[in-house]
Amino acid sequence: MRANRKRRLVIVLALVALVAVAAGLTLYALRANINLFFTPSQVAAGEAPLGRTLRLGGVVKKDSVERHQDTLHVSFQVTDFASDVEVSFDDILPDLFREGQGVVVVGQLDADGEFIAQQVLAKHDENYMPPEAAEALKAAGNLPDGSVPSS
Amino acid sequence: MLIRMLPELGHFALILALAMALLQAVVPLVGAATRRPLWMAFAQPMTWGQFAFLVIAYLCLTASFALDDFSVAYVANNSNSLLPWYYKLSAVWGSHEGSVLLWGLILGGWSFAVSLFSRRLPRDMLARVLAVMGWISSGFLLFILLTSNPFERVLPNVPSDGSDLNPLLQDFGLIVHPPMLYMGYVGFSVVFAFAMAALLGGRLDAAWTRWARPWTNIAWAFLTVGIALGSWWAYYELGWGGWWFWDPVENASLLPWLAGTALIHSLAVTEKRGTFKNWTVLLAIFTFSLSLLGTFLVRSGVLTSVHAFANDPSRGTFILGLLGLTVGLSLAIFAWRAPRVQSLAGFGWLSRDSLLLVNNILLVVMTVTVLLGTVYPLLLDALNLGKISVGPPYFNALFVPLTALLCLFMGLGPLARWKRMPGRELARRLALSAVLAIVIAAGLPLLYGGSFSLGVTLGLLLALWLMLSLARDVFDKTRPAHAGKAGRRGRLANLRKLTPAYWGMVLGHLGLAVTIVGVAMVSHYNVERNVRLAPGDSVDVAGYRFAMTDFRERQGPNYVADTATLEVTRPGRGGFVMQPEKRFYTASGMPMTDVALRPGLFRDLYVALGEELDNGDWSLRIQLKPFVRWLWLGALMMAAGGLLAVLDRRYRRVARRDAALRRAETPAAELNDDRVSPEISR
Repeated sequence: MRANRKRRLVIVLALVALVAVAAGLTLYALRANINLFFTPSQVAAGEAPLGRTLRLGGVVKKDSVERHQDTLHVSFQVTDFASDVEVSFDDILPDLFREGQGVVVVGQLDADGEFIAQQVLAKHDENYMPPEAAEALKAAGNLPDGSVPSS
Repeated sequence: MLIRMLPELGHFALILALAMALLQAVVPLVGAATRRPLWMAFAQPMTWGQFAFLVIAYLCLTASFALDDFSVAYVANNSNSLLPWYYKLSAVWGSHEGSVLLWGLILGGWSFAVSLFSRRLPRDMLARVLAVMGWISSGFLLFILLTSNPFERVLPNVPSDGSDLNPLLQDFGLIVHPPMLYMGYVGFSVVFAFAMAALLGGRLDAAWTRWARPWTNIAWAFLTVGIALGSWWAYYELGWGGWWFWDPVENASLLPWLAGTALIHSLAVTEKRGTFKNWTVLLAIFTFSLSLLGTFLVRSGVLTSVHAFANDPSRGTFILGLLGLTVGLSLAIFAWRAPRVQSLAGFGWLSRDSLLLVNNILLVVMTVTVLLGTVYPLLLDALNLGKISVGPPYFNALFVPLTALLCLFMGLGPLARWKRMPGRELARRLALSAVLAIVIAAGLPLLYGGSFSLGVTLGLLLALWLMLSLARDVFDKTRPAHAGKAGRRGRLANLRKLTPAYWGMVLGHLGLAVTIVGVAMVSHYNVERNVRLAPGDSVDVAGYRFAMTDFRERQGPNYVADTATLEVTRPGRGGFVMQPEKRFYTASGMPMTDVALRPGLFRDLYVALGEELDNGDWSLRIQLKPFVRWLWLGALMMAAGGLLAVLDRRYRRVARRDAALRRAETPAAELNDDRVSPEISR
């Protein structure tokens, strides 16, 4: 019985240690891979960190999309109607990417204040605005009825 | 006249189904507690009635879609007169209300199946199982009727045509993926119900696990297929060529799968050895709770995703309440009824029991890490602590090493004996497999001609380790008594003696190995090029020449498409044509990329049309995806393994024995005797 109890103690201690290590690693991985969300106004105010992956939400500014003639490179501005952020992207834009539509871009801010996008997310529905984009507009006071457009 | 009333009939049918579900929930439970056979006997007819009315309600909604009844709001929002008929029928579950109805219908179906195939159960057990399922059903039917009624009308201004089904959903994937996934999700309610019934009846022995195991395997197999179908669908439909995005909605289906996988293994221990009893019950509770959590995440609109249609907060609150109630109540019952007596059977440090314990711990840790990454952003958002998202690197950083660790032990498990396994013997039996795995894993990438990649080598190593250790086990298990010719015959005879349960395990584990090969190869040897092309241009990607020969507009049933024609050739081989499209759906005004795929067992060619550029060129994304089919092939093998194990004779033997018992009883005796076994009075 005593041997049994001792073994159980060892098992319990091992489990606790394992859980502690797992929790520590998990939290570390989580901390290292969190993408914070910013609005164009926050970026303009210099609140967003450089060189970290973050998400930027807003509306694609009218007449701001410029395509490179020979490559797939494209640049556009994301706005919350208070501030604009220049975004550059080297990949194929999603189907529902349009000027005047809500988008969320994932990428990093470089030293010149340009946002180098790795991913552009436009939602899969015509009437739908990504909540994060809607949030950015609301924060800047530019969504008149204050409601979140939804599908 | 009757046809115009179909939605109302469907609505009434739903209300009747709810009434029956409530009776099914309450009466048999009271009957089991007070030992009244007549009350317990309520369970089956109520289950059948509930299911029948759910089928009627479902058919009414389907008929509304088929007949283009746009006075029904749900139909008007999700269908269109131009929609092909097969999409009209599957549009029923294309959005929130209908998919919840499908959830309810499938739950009714599982209850029905339990009532049919489990008549051999002790009557009080069956009554309790069906009652628990009745409670779940009541909750969901209430949810449908109060917050998500699919039969609501838009009157008096009936739209002349519907606003069409989301083009992303107009695909074969919609027809098969949701029903499979729901079969899996909801199927875990059965093992949950069995666990609850065992707790309530105070009969927490190995018997309930034997009854519950086949059901759990089937549900798990469905969920596996459902997840694989979802991954395959996202692969060809979204146009990026990704097969897993760590999207919260995908995670929502992965969570019950991970817990369910742990459950399958711990059920095995409980059935075989009578240990892990409480743990198995807890896992059953958690697996089903995670299914509910998945439903909550997808259905409540807290997530922003293709899948999240609902933005009505009352729905989220309702499901969250349901989830809280289920978890709270079942844990309370567990705390109240779980046996205090520890199981007597112990086991050694190295034994199948201990290896399965490791399996369970690892799977639970994996579940928790995925859960944390999925729910953490939601919690922060709910507490107004800021909006964040957790990226795929988090999941990969934790999931990949945990899977590697899991595979390491998975190679040992099948060869270890219950209770105690001498380490030296295990090492002796596996040494050859380990060496072979290392040698082949180091050599294979050279053969393939790819550059060396640690990921691929590691992935192959794990997959080979799994395969070779299983091969060794089959080899040892069929070892004949004699050498020579008689021995070969003996081996064949021994091969035939292995049970379906064993083959199911082998197939399932091999499936994981195949999936791992797919993941490793496609993650590291994937070739992706974004190019711009005009008709007449060509480009070389990964040894293939893609020449755009034609570009034209095409009229589809409910869309207009820009179609590019690409002739793909390889030096010394015949060519073929690929036609990627950009579709424009007229009713909804939405554009959609339709990918051109050239599938193969060892590689897929994948071409997606991007957008028209200023000078009339088109951007294209061309990808070569090696071994990508292995991902889903492996998943199908796992599912087949799960099903194969259900065919094991021992489940049928129990059935036959119990059937014989039943026949022995006279009908009169059956009425009076409530078949309470001695175990019930603790």
